[in-house]
Amino acid sequence: HLATSLPLPSERDHFRPRIDLIVFMIDIKSKYSLKNVEASLAHVDASFFLGKVCFLVTGAGRVNACSIETNAICKLGEAYCSPVLFCELELEGVRFATAQRLLRMLQICAGHIPGVSALSFVSLMKNSDDD
Amino acid sequence: ENVDPQKTAFLLRKAWTLYSVTPLYRFHRARLRDYARLLSAFIAAEKQKGLAVEVGVELDIKVAVSSLADLRGSEQDQAAVLVQLSLRSRASSRNSEDKLVWSGWFCSVYGDDLSENVPEDFTCLPLFLTHGAESYTSMVGSWFQKTFDCCFRRLAISPLNLSWMVAMWAGCKLDRAASAVELVFSVPRLSQPLDISYAIHPEDAKALWDTVQKTPGEITQEEVDVFMDCLYAHFHRHFKIHLSAAKLVKVSTAVASAHCDGIVKILHRQYLPGVLMLLTELAISQIQ
Repeated sequence: HLATSLPLPSERDHFRPRIDLIVFMIDIKSKYSLKNVEASLAHVDASFFLGKVCFLVTGAGRVNACSIETNAICKLGEAYCSPVLFCELELEGVRFATAQRLLRMLQICAGHIPGVSALSFVSLMKNSDDD
Repeated sequence: ENVDPQKTAFLLRKAWTLYSVTPLYRFHRARLRDYARLLSAFIAAEKQKGLAVEVGVELDIKVAVSSLADLRGSEQDQAAVLVQLSLRSRASSRNSEDKLVWSGWFCSVYGDDLSENVPEDFTCLPLFLTHGAESYTSMVGSWFQKTFDCCFRRLAISPLNLSWMVAMWAGCKLDRAASAVELVFSVPRLSQPLDISYAIHPEDAKALWDTVQKTPGEITQEEVDVFMDCLYAHFHRHFKIHLSAAKLVKVSTAVASAHCDGIVKILHRQYLPGVLMLLTELAISQIQ
């Protein structure tokens, strides 16, 4: 399901299936996208931040088109205890690999992988980042 | 920084195309005249090959290479090197003045980050600015690359860096009446390209920056963000357009103007060192 901002319209609440993972997309070329994500974060229930939220930064290959400081995004990830993924959507290989990663994360968050919970997975990712 | 205004007058009010240059190997300041002769011969040879700039016109290119002793930041910086190409028409060689067709200069203003870490035989002049036909730039560039084993790259300026520039320069104190602060945005993903130009009265821009900046002489990313956010919010209030979703491509102030393709114009002599210092920093970060 794609949405341009949160909160989702309440009229469709009872049709909506359970939400297992929220991926916030930030376009590094658009300051507006960061502001939009920051505003939307306020509408997310705290329980999602136990491994069911991740930030996906697109356009990461273009250093010369950056409108956002990468530092600011990493700080956002730290503040919300959620991983930050970088990708360049226009490169097919990277797009495919990122999609696979997200799918894997979704499987874990939906509880389809026995023995791995969303929370344990996200703390695993955090530890490997710190290394 | 006591630069002779006469010597640097040629820098002002010209659109310079920016490049980053890796350190030059075995560049000797004593041999500038030799280099001028060699470069002149190289250009003549290129013309023979048919790569002439102006086909069918018999013209001589005169090359001058000089050192600009005062154009530097600290004592650690190398003095700037200026290369000038002039046309000498063979027809009336006695009376006519040589016409300057191309200039390029290498400089380093507070480029210690680079020069500190470089071995002895290398000369660090990371910023290269050119004015004139691209074909001459490419000939001069090729000769320098071959002779000093260096590498030139166009210096692009990101929207993030452009917003630093506009915040810094809009806040500069100017004695004369200043021109408007202008930001040009390009709107992405439209069938017809659309540019939005946002002009602000220079005094309003300076007043805004003065309320944002906490420590004079110091600028933080947060302060630049607040400054830009105020401008975006103001524009949105009036036009319901989120400029923050568009790409900032050009900024113009009374001090200087800069375009994301790496083209700058410096307008105010007093702030020349400051602008060059910022550009040197950008060039160094592109090299590293």
